[in-house]
Amino acid sequence: MLERRIAALLLACLTGLAAPALAKEAEPVSANPAQEARMMELATELRCLVCQNQTIADSHADLAVDLRQQIREMLAKGQSEDQIRRYMTDRYGDFVLYKPPFKATTALLWVGPPVLLLAAMAGLYTILRRRQRASPDAFDPDSPDDETELRPDR
Amino acid sequence: MNRYLWPLIGFMVLAAFLAMGLKLDPHEVPSPLIDKPAPTFSTTLLSRPEQMLAKQDLAGKVWILNVWASWCTACREEHPLLVDFSRRGVVPIYGLNYKDTRPAAQAWLQKLGNPYTESLVDADGRIGIDYGVYGVPETFVIDRQGVIRMKHIGPVTVEVLRDKIEPLVRRLNA
Repeated sequence: MLERRIAALLLACLTGLAAPALAKEAEPVSANPAQEARMMELATELRCLVCQNQTIADSHADLAVDLRQQIREMLAKGQSEDQIRRYMTDRYGDFVLYKPPFKATTALLWVGPPVLLLAAMAGLYTILRRRQRASPDAFDPDSPDDETELRPDR
Repeated sequence: MNRYLWPLIGFMVLAAFLAMGLKLDPHEVPSPLIDKPAPTFSTTLLSRPEQMLAKQDLAGKVWILNVWASWCTACREEHPLLVDFSRRGVVPIYGLNYKDTRPAAQAWLQKLGNPYTESLVDADGRIGIDYGVYGVPETFVIDRQGVIRMKHIGPVTVEVLRDKIEPLVRRLNA
């Protein structure tokens, strides 16, 4: 009972401590938490070009900090998410979007994986069909060892 | 025979794609700004804080915009090449002093030489964002109409200057 209470207390302390610690690390938060949340949501869709496998939301690179500030200001001016996305692609290209739009230059990117999957499944299907139709002597006979190994299970 | 041939062909196709992938540089992102009007700006000069320079002031001539900063180590690498190139007077080079401080930038130019006709101050990096800058140094070639014709990301090399930038500038000036 006591242990459990101590554990609960510890947990409360930890979470209580963790929240301000995290808040400290973040940049000067704008006065408007709803707008800040919208900014972060948009920033997770955008690639940081300095460290390319991170989003602008995650990155500590200078450019990412600047771009977050840019998004914040654009939202404050009442610009829409689409306007901000266009602002970014006008400068950095579709590459900044983690979800690039479907168009001629990105068609292979979008269509490639499903086409490969379908081709692989078609290949598997024809191979299995062929084996199904083949006569039994087209296969190697089971070796006696396999059978003895199976026996104890029965 | 066939059953050994197909996996081999598959492997070779895959290997060819992977080999191509090795040669690509993921940091070379194609800029959407090529063949588009260079973004406008109006900012102060590094040498004279009271003097402004705007993009329109450079209309009618071919010029190079080189993004640099005193904190940027790769800029140090390309700097002697730019100094040499500027001495030959092929084309005016304008610097964009990106997210830097005036004293540090001026000391840097004093020490390493100044290839720039003028350096424009972009202390908060706003002009850099408009130009899609993400890896200093970057170099833009801008034509008489103020259109960006080329962009080079990272330090310029002897080859880039000789084989790409100079021929392009000559063609644009012809």
